[in-house]
Amino acid sequence: MAEYKRASLLADSPSGYCPGCLHGLATKLIAEVIDDLGQADNSLNVISVGCSALNLLYWSGDNLSVAHGRAPAAATGIKRTNPERLVFAYQGDGDLAAIGLAEIMSAANRGENFTVIFANNQTYGMTGGQMAPTTLIGQKTTTSIYGRDPQTTGYPMKMCELISTLEAPVFVARYALNSPKGVNDARKGIKKAFELQLAGKGFTFIELLTNCPTNWKMSPMQTLEYMNTNTIPYFKPGIYKDKEADVK
Amino acid sequence: MIEINASLCKNCGYCIKFCPRQILEIGNVRNRRGHFYPHLTDADKCTSCAICASMCPEGAIELPPKGADSHG
Repeated sequence: MAEYKRASLLADSPSGYCPGCLHGLATKLIAEVIDDLGQADNSLNVISVGCSALNLLYWSGDNLSVAHGRAPAAATGIKRTNPERLVFAYQGDGDLAAIGLAEIMSAANRGENFTVIFANNQTYGMTGGQMAPTTLIGQKTTTSIYGRDPQTTGYPMKMCELISTLEAPVFVARYALNSPKGVNDARKGIKKAFELQLAGKGFTFIELLTNCPTNWKMSPMQTLEYMNTNTIPYFKPGIYKDKEADVK
Repeated sequence: MIEINASLCKNCGYCIKFCPRQILEIGNVRNRRGHFYPHLTDADKCTSCAICASMCPEGAIELPPKGADSHG
């Protein structure tokens, strides 16, 4: 590789994330892709509530912090009034798959021309590690101390699969950030989503599988292994919908 | 060759785990925030693949363009 520079949209200070948290890697990837596309001055980050909001601390581009779960609704308004801007919502799984489920499904169904980046770490990180809609079966959290039991709490929600069943979205994909290959694939996926948005094609959705060393009560290394053995077999990475490829 | 910004490091160890040449190791000096940070054990073996930089959640590792290396 010839050169690897710190992305221009990241301030010269550490992130607000815990050591080993892949939210930091997700934020960094987005900033790098925006630099690649030359959109640093044209991008707008719609920040949700949860650990995802901690990128507010070191994101030096334009951003808007919105109510819990409502990032797709806010992004809809921003994009409709500023169609030339690169608009993306950065949401966690508690924000997107629980309180914001109506907003994400409606925005996806309308085919709004913006991108949602969904960081799925299978827990509510900021509030102390409670069970999220995406928590795996058997996974222990502070509100499922014996492990998630599907009899009482249902099954982990697969957002990519759900959204890909809708007619309007043009690109829906899931990537795991626990390996260099996954990171490279995610970079390509985010770039493709942003390019489709800039071309005015419609709604794009990228799910990034991440970790939570603090609330999973593991070392960063153990979380990467846990993702390999538990998360990835259930939340399978891949491209779930690519309308542009279908057309060709 | 890579450059590590010690002040951004949080000692997660991902760079050490994924370095294909296994030439990164954690040092015994703490940065300002109290984290130990890595260093190259054999700079000559670094192939500038930038996998460590790619996997760093903090963006603390950079690969300067050729010729811009301050060490010549």
